[in-house]
Amino acid sequence: MKLSSIEAVAQAMASAAYVADTGLCTSLFLALRMGKALLLEGEPGVGKTEVAKVLSQLFHAPLIRLQCYEGIDVSQAVYEWNYPRQLLELQARRSTSDDSTLLTNTIYTEAFLLKRPLLQAIDSSHTIAPVLLIDELDRADEEFESFLLELLSDFQITIPELGTLRARYRPIVIITSNRTRELHDALKRRCVYYWIDHPSPEKELEIVRLKAPGLEQRLAQQVVSFVQAIRSQDLIKPPGVAETLDWAEALQHLNAHTLDASIIQATLGIIVKYQEDVDKLRGALADRILEQIG
Amino acid sequence: MDTIDTQPDAFLHNCLLFTRTLRAAGIPVGFDQTSAFVQALELIDLSSRDQVYYAARGLLICRREHLRLFELIFARFWRALPEQPPGRKKMPTAPRHRKLPPFTIATYMAFKARQEDPAIDVADKSGTYSDLELLQRKDFAEMTPEELEQLRTLISNLRWQMSRRITRRRTAARRGDLLHMRRILREAARHQGVALRLAWQRRKIKQRPLILIADISGSMEKYARLLLQFLYSATHGLRRVECFVFGTRLTRITAQLQLRNIDRSIDQAAREVVDWAGGTRIGESLQFFNRRWGRRALGRGAVVLIISDGWDQGQPELLARELRFLQHRCHRLIWLNPLAGRTTYQPLVGGMRAALGSIDDFLPLDNFQRLADLAERLGAIT
Repeated sequence: MKLSSIEAVAQAMASAAYVADTGLCTSLFLALRMGKALLLEGEPGVGKTEVAKVLSQLFHAPLIRLQCYEGIDVSQAVYEWNYPRQLLELQARRSTSDDSTLLTNTIYTEAFLLKRPLLQAIDSSHTIAPVLLIDELDRADEEFESFLLELLSDFQITIPELGTLRARYRPIVIITSNRTRELHDALKRRCVYYWIDHPSPEKELEIVRLKAPGLEQRLAQQVVSFVQAIRSQDLIKPPGVAETLDWAEALQHLNAHTLDASIIQATLGIIVKYQEDVDKLRGALADRILEQIG
Repeated sequence: MDTIDTQPDAFLHNCLLFTRTLRAAGIPVGFDQTSAFVQALELIDLSSRDQVYYAARGLLICRREHLRLFELIFARFWRALPEQPPGRKKMPTAPRHRKLPPFTIATYMAFKARQEDPAIDVADKSGTYSDLELLQRKDFAEMTPEELEQLRTLISNLRWQMSRRITRRRTAARRGDLLHMRRILREAARHQGVALRLAWQRRKIKQRPLILIADISGSMEKYARLLLQFLYSATHGLRRVECFVFGTRLTRITAQLQLRNIDRSIDQAAREVVDWAGGTRIGESLQFFNRRWGRRALGRGAVVLIISDGWDQGQPELLARELRFLQHRCHRLIWLNPLAGRTTYQPLVGGMRAALGSIDDFLPLDNFQRLADLAERLGAIT
């Protein structure tokens, strides 16, 4: 699929049931056209990860996902040598060969390489540019980011024993961060940056309609108004779109037709996940918001 | 013909001017970003303001904090353009005549210049050794302003040690708990497949982040400057330090305290604070901290120090709740109280009593010796 303009991107995203605003479409378009990574930041549950999934679906491209965590390093993210195989090979060759450089050459070939997500993304066997999702990069340590610099600027990875591997098709890179720490500027400069906000009421209603088509019109409106209203309350973790959709689904399972105090109390745990928030919303506050939204 | 030729040029020129304006306002925009932006201009519809806006935003900005400022500059910068009669090029105003919107944040150059100013030490050095000895044990509350001033040198020479934690990253080491297979095999391949020596790796050890939250309200006014010096000393003596001060509201002063010149640094920090020597709302301030900074500052086994006398005008329940929240999310929560050193002191004021249940340590901080002890003992937290 060729996305030749920002409008085309917007249409394509809509066709994949992702409601994107102009800002996101522009950033995405530029990232695709300029071959840069797209860095998405925003509160949890606003649909950052979803962007990558939608792209892979649109381009019919494989989605390669790297979930970051504290302590992740080259051996888990880029590559590792297959040590048991190398050992066996060494033992097998020992009797036949005395030349140590030859030995070194035989065990450091691609056959002995275990490819982890980042290396998979630039693998030359791809016939189409894959989508590489580097999820929650803020969870990884600062040191890990430096591995990404070479990958993001040249789409190549250097393995000391083997040389430099280059991508035949530049992967489409989506990086997400929840901002539990600030990413390094050197990395950010190589990306197109977009902050995904909570959606406006109209957009959110559109999303709910798309993703939960079975929900009654009036109830969908109520759900969105309620979630929008509690976002402005001072909560520890305001609900994201993901929570709105979960709630919409839950209400369907409960065969609810309209939002009332009792059903809110029963399902509060789906939209807010901290006991402090649940306590705050339980009772008078929820009733008041319910009254406001009619 | 003339109009067609000059328009794109003028536009490009304006774009470059725009990136320069951003830079002047303190938003770091690199050359590579500028060139990416210019490149992007060929890809988008230049007559659409939205497209230009989002292209500029996506390529020139990489921090959420800069978005508001960017929006403001963008709106001001591109407002005048459509009114220009087509075909007539106007000379751009010289940079020094150009009026920038009155930004409150310091410009980048000024920021840099400040870092290079040498620190001028004007403290009185006439105090003899024995005087210093006495000074170190004298209660802050009984000190004269001159004596407090003398403490400055002492504080800036504090030796800081910070507790360390074992991270999940591994690194090659002489001894460790896991074999470093990559090294072993590289060696083995060189010696006909025989591993002559084992290589090891172990978990990396890193300093814990330190978060200082100091009370600068009316009842703590006396110590306020001293506290800022203490925070400055911590910021420069350790890595990963975040500093906040509060009275009725919380202010983050980490960036200001990172300036190299101590006087300027403390002045900047002081200027940042709007509620000097006012009332105290510890609960609300901590709530703000938990909501706004909790997720970003508290990770990775942080140690949190709260410095306050516990005089609180807010609700004790709120304070207790927020402290509990904080305690559950940090490695160690320490409360330092300047009043607690007195033998007659009992934590009776509402705030302090509410706090006691939710903190790990309650320590006095009434003289310099305690400060020095603290600086070293932070290293002993396990």
